[in-house]
Amino acid sequence: MPGAIYAEGLVKTFGDVRALDGVDLDVPEGTVLGLLGPNGAGKTTAVRVLTTLLRPDSGTAVVAGIDVLKNPTAVRRSIGLSGQFAAVDEYLTGRENLQMVGQLYQMSGRDAKKRACELLDRFNLADAADRTAKTYSGGMRRRLDLAAALVVSPPVMFMDEPTTGLDPRNRQGLWEVIEELVAGGTTLLLTTQYLEEADRLAHDIAVVDHGKVIARGTSDQLKAQTGGERIEVVVHEREHIAPARGILERHQLGGTSQGGCTVEEHTRKLTVPVSGGAKLLAEVIRELDTAGIEIDDIGLRRPTLDDVFITLTGHAAEDEPELKADAKPGTEEAAK
Amino acid sequence: MTTTTQPAPTTAAPRGRGGFLQSVTDSLVMAKRNLIRMMRIPEVVIFGLIQPIMFVVLFSYVFGGSIKVPGAGTDPSAYREFLMAGIFAQTVTFATAGAGAGIAEDMHKGLIDRFRSLPMSRGAVLTGRTLADLVQTALTLVVLAVVAALVGWRAHDGVLNALAGFGLLLLLGYAFTWIGALIGLTVRTPEAATSGGLIWLFPLTFISVAFVPSQNMPSFLQHIAEWNPFSATVVACRDLFGNFPPNYPIPDAWPMQHPVLASLIWSVVIILFFRTLAVRKYRSATV
Repeated sequence: MPGAIYAEGLVKTFGDVRALDGVDLDVPEGTVLGLLGPNGAGKTTAVRVLTTLLRPDSGTAVVAGIDVLKNPTAVRRSIGLSGQFAAVDEYLTGRENLQMVGQLYQMSGRDAKKRACELLDRFNLADAADRTAKTYSGGMRRRLDLAAALVVSPPVMFMDEPTTGLDPRNRQGLWEVIEELVAGGTTLLLTTQYLEEADRLAHDIAVVDHGKVIARGTSDQLKAQTGGERIEVVVHEREHIAPARGILERHQLGGTSQGGCTVEEHTRKLTVPVSGGAKLLAEVIRELDTAGIEIDDIGLRRPTLDDVFITLTGHAAEDEPELKADAKPGTEEAAK
Repeated sequence: MTTTTQPAPTTAAPRGRGGFLQSVTDSLVMAKRNLIRMMRIPEVVIFGLIQPIMFVVLFSYVFGGSIKVPGAGTDPSAYREFLMAGIFAQTVTFATAGAGAGIAEDMHKGLIDRFRSLPMSRGAVLTGRTLADLVQTALTLVVLAVVAALVGWRAHDGVLNALAGFGLLLLLGYAFTWIGALIGLTVRTPEAATSGGLIWLFPLTFISVAFVPSQNMPSFLQHIAEWNPFSATVVACRDLFGNFPPNYPIPDAWPMQHPVLASLIWSVVIILFFRTLAVRKYRSATV
C-alpha cells in the first residue's frame, strides 16, 4: 500500500529547464520526509505539484490516498500547506486571518471562530490576536502561517522551508511545534536547506539536485556517506603541518592508512574524518600539545549540507549556475 | 510553543457544499477580507477620490469656457453638464488599477498559493476582490456626485433615470475590475499592475465622447470614439441624466443611437470575456 504521500516519475519542465526530472517519493503515514537540496533543486516545484498548485508534465502523485491530478479538490481538503512566504494578510488581525482560512475550508462561521481561538492559544499568539499581522515579528508571522495551515488538522502537511529567515530561538520554537504535530499522527513533507533541521525533524531524507532524488535514507545513513564528523586543525607554524598530520591520521576514521587527512598548505589547515566526537577531540589536543605543536584553531566539524553535496554530486550546493531554474515557477529565490 | 495541549486527531476538512452556493459564500468571505483591508488603508480610498474631484474642477473651470457643446448655443454651464457623465465614467474605470494591484500583491506575497491550496471555489478570490472594488466605486461615485452638484451639475430626468445611470456606471466599473484582475495575475508585481492598469485607460477614455463631442475629431478617431465601449456608457448616462443640450446632434453610429442597450451589452461582454480569462489564469497562476 502506498504511503500518505506517494509520487512516481514526476517530471516538470519550464522552458528547457527540467525542474523535476523523474522524482519518486513514498512517505509512510505518520512519518516525516525531509526534502533536502539547494535553491533551485526542485524542492518547491515538488511541493507545488503535490499540493495541487502545479500540474506535472508526467508522472503520478497520490496524497492521503487521493489522486492529485484526478481529484485535486478532495486533496485540498486533506492537506495543509505552509509555503516559503508567511502567506498571511498583513492588514487582517491574526484572528481574522485564521477565521477566513477556516471559512474557506468550508467550516461554519462559529466553528471557524472557535478553531481560531484554539490555534491562537496553541501558537502563543493570543495576546496579539487582535492586532494586524503587519505588526507581527517574523517569527510570529511564521507561527500564524503555520496555524493557518493547521486550521483543519489535516492528515498530510507540506512545509516549504519553514524556518528560512528565522532567528535561532524562533527556529527552535517552530521545531517544537512541528514535533508536536508529528506526534499527533500527521504525515509531513518538509523541504529544507539545513541538514541540521532535517536531522532533527525527519525520519527519512531525500537529497534533491537538478530535479532528481540523488540519495535517500536516514540522516545517519547520509552522514555515513558524507564521511561523518571531522576534526579541523590550524597549526601556527608551517613546519608543524607534517607532525600534526601524523597525529591526526592515527585517529582518522577507518584506521591509520595514509591519505585520509587533507591539507591546505597556505592556510595551514588540516582536516581529517573521525568518529569519536568530543572525547577524541580532547585526546588529539593533548597529543598535539605533548608534541609541542602550537595550534591557532581546532574544532570538531559535523557534516553540512555542503559536505553532503560535495560527496554526492561533486559540486558545492551554492555555486550552482542554474539556480534560477526554480525561482521562476517557485519562489525560492524571491523569498530571500 | 506550548506544552499544555495535545494535538487533536487529524481530520480532513468538511465536504464543501460545492457548486454555486459555495462559490457565493467563498466570494463573500473574500469580499469581506478586501473590505476590511480597504477600511484599514483609507489612504487608498482617499487618493482614489482626489483625482476625479480634481478633474471635475479643472475641466469645469479651465476647459469649460473654451469647449463648445453643439446645440447649446452660448450657455456657459452647458459644458459642465455635458462633462460630468464623462468624469463619472472615467472614475469607475480607474478601479481597474486597484483590483490589479491588489491581486498582484496577493500573488507576490504568496497568498494566492495559500488560497489555491484550499478547497475553495476557484473564482472566489477574484470575485471577492471585484465585489469589494464595486463597493469602493459606489462610495466614490456618491462623493463625486455631491461635488458635481456643488459645481452646478444636475440630473434632470427624475430619480429612477438617475439611478439607472449610476447602475450602468457601476456595471461598467465592475466589468473593468475584471480586466484589472487579469492584469494583476499577469504582471506579478503591484507596481506594474498599478501603472499597467492605468496607462491604457487614458487613450481609452480620451478617444471617446467623454470630454469633448466626437463631431470635432478627425473622422477615423470619430469612429473609434463612437464605438468605444466607454462612450456608450457616457452617452447613456447623459441621456438618463438629461445632460444633453436640447438640440445636440447625436451621432448616427448604432451605439450612440442605442446607448443604454450598447452600454449593457459592452459591460456584460467584458465581464464574461475577462472573467473567463482571469479565472483560467488564476487556476494555473504561478508566481
